Amino acid sequence: MKLNPKLTQKISYFILFLVTVFAIIPVIIIISVIVKNGLPAITLEFLTSFPKNGIRGGGIFPAIIGTFAIIICSIVIICPIGILAAIYLNEYAGNNLLTKIIKLAIINLANIPSVVYGLFGFSIFVVFLRLGVSIISGALTLSIMELPVIITTTQNALNSVPSSFREASLSLGVSHWQTIRYVVLPSAVPGILTGTILSIARISGETAPILFTAAVFYVPHLPHSIFDQVMILPYHLYITSTNVPYMPQKLVFGIALVLLIMVLTISSISIIIRIYFRKHKKW
Amino acid sequence: MCGMLSVIFVILIFGFLFVESFTFLKNFGIFRFITGKHWFPASNPPSFGILPLIIGSILITFGACIIAIPISIMSALFISEIAPENLRDFLKFLIELMAAIPSVIIGFIGMIILVPFIKKTFNLSTGLTAFSGSIVLAFMSMPTMISISEDAIHSVPWKYKEGAIALGATKWQTIRKVVLKAAMPGIIAAIMLGIGRIIGETMAVMMVTGNASNIPKTIFVPVRTMTATIAAEMGETVRGSMHYRSLFAIGLILFLITFIINLIADLFLRKIRR
Repeated sequence: MKLNPKLTQKISYFILFLVTVFAIIPVIIIISVIVKNGLPAITLEFLTSFPKNGIRGGGIFPAIIGTFAIIICSIVIICPIGILAAIYLNEYAGNNLLTKIIKLAIINLANIPSVVYGLFGFSIFVVFLRLGVSIISGALTLSIMELPVIITTTQNALNSVPSSFREASLSLGVSHWQTIRYVVLPSAVPGILTGTILSIARISGETAPILFTAAVFYVPHLPHSIFDQVMILPYHLYITSTNVPYMPQKLVFGIALVLLIMVLTISSISIIIRIYFRKHKKW
Repeated sequence: MCGMLSVIFVILIFGFLFVESFTFLKNFGIFRFITGKHWFPASNPPSFGILPLIIGSILITFGACIIAIPISIMSALFISEIAPENLRDFLKFLIELMAAIPSVIIGFIGMIILVPFIKKTFNLSTGLTAFSGSIVLAFMSMPTMISISEDAIHSVPWKYKEGAIALGATKWQTIRKVVLKAAMPGIIAAIMLGIGRIIGETMAVMMVTGNASNIPKTIFVPVRTMTATIAAEMGETVRGSMHYRSLFAIGLILFLITFIINLIADLFLRKIRR
């Protein structure tokens, strides 16, 4: 018997719908389980005090501060480099072999496993440049890892600025750099912002690259300078969930919830900015 | 200058991995390193065979692909071609959130929910198995696979679809026979990039696979991957020792594997642009 094509279509659509639901259910489970079990652990004391009893009690204040320190440090390093590189690639670079090699390098950087960045960061920053296990070593490692993300998103943002903008400005006798500075860049700001925020979200959740370059199990004080070792949320979650016997489960969920809220808030902001500007585009 | 930096970094990464692992590879032998069946870096004499780690990585990757590829292609089709606009925006938002969840959190939930579930369902002595790793990794690679395939499917030109529908095909026939075929290079690139993510993933895998460095006979036993070995053992090694250098050699191999996967994905992506 040959099935009616209309009926086949209905059945297939339904199957595809079910599969899609199946694909997104785990996200909902993960978020709800963490929120449900983590919420009771979140108190002001948990967020603002130091760990106690060999990190089986107390709060996670130093880990939160450490995470912010790493984020800020990485952004300061990465933004100027990434944005300048993207401007060069999009506005100045010709279509030659060098550009092709650079593009290939960027794609490759984007896909190197994070733990390999960790190894590399350890051997170049911690050992070779003698920066030790410190905020700066971790931030440099993460910056190199995020560089391709910033470059690609900035480049897309620059690319979507219509060339008529540039031509109009150039025809008025404005120099190339001034055109970029006063016409192209301002129009590309939302796109650049989205990319940067997305990188912040990724940086705050990464564990493997900072494993050997910045993070430590416990520090009894807050970091004094960028050359100090720090506690970092994702590493803290890893350690408490795998390596600490008799760790109260409630606290681990609390750590997971704080990390999840941080990462999801940051990335939601970036997604919302993008949707907002896509709808309100002037061209 | 800033543009050149990314090239310099790739060269530096390769250079440092190569220099750190060179004396090890020379003394121990590349062939022995890759085909050795025992990874006992701390015993006396130590044995640095990474075959069990390579097989561990391949087994988990293979399992994850079997789960993730069909689901991703079907979801991408649904999101791109069938879902009404509002639902599509919402689904895309959820998928971006999925990509943003840190791997330690996924590993943690995997440990708490998935591992006991697998232990009970399959009646095993431990739920920390290659199978658990495959499920977790399938989930982690889906956002990459879905969003890139979705882009590829979405960018199939209108006239292809119009042509098919004008010939009397139903929308589903058009999707299945025309759209899917036209988007294939993009979908393959998406799969390759997803595989790259699976091979490189570290934390979540380390938390759910049990990390036993034996050559696995089924997917229901603990295994250890190359990435997890580096992450777990780096802290215990003495700087400059054979063990330390062998971990850099594993890093070098991972670097080369992802390099090749990227080249293949890039080839397919270029094919669509033409």
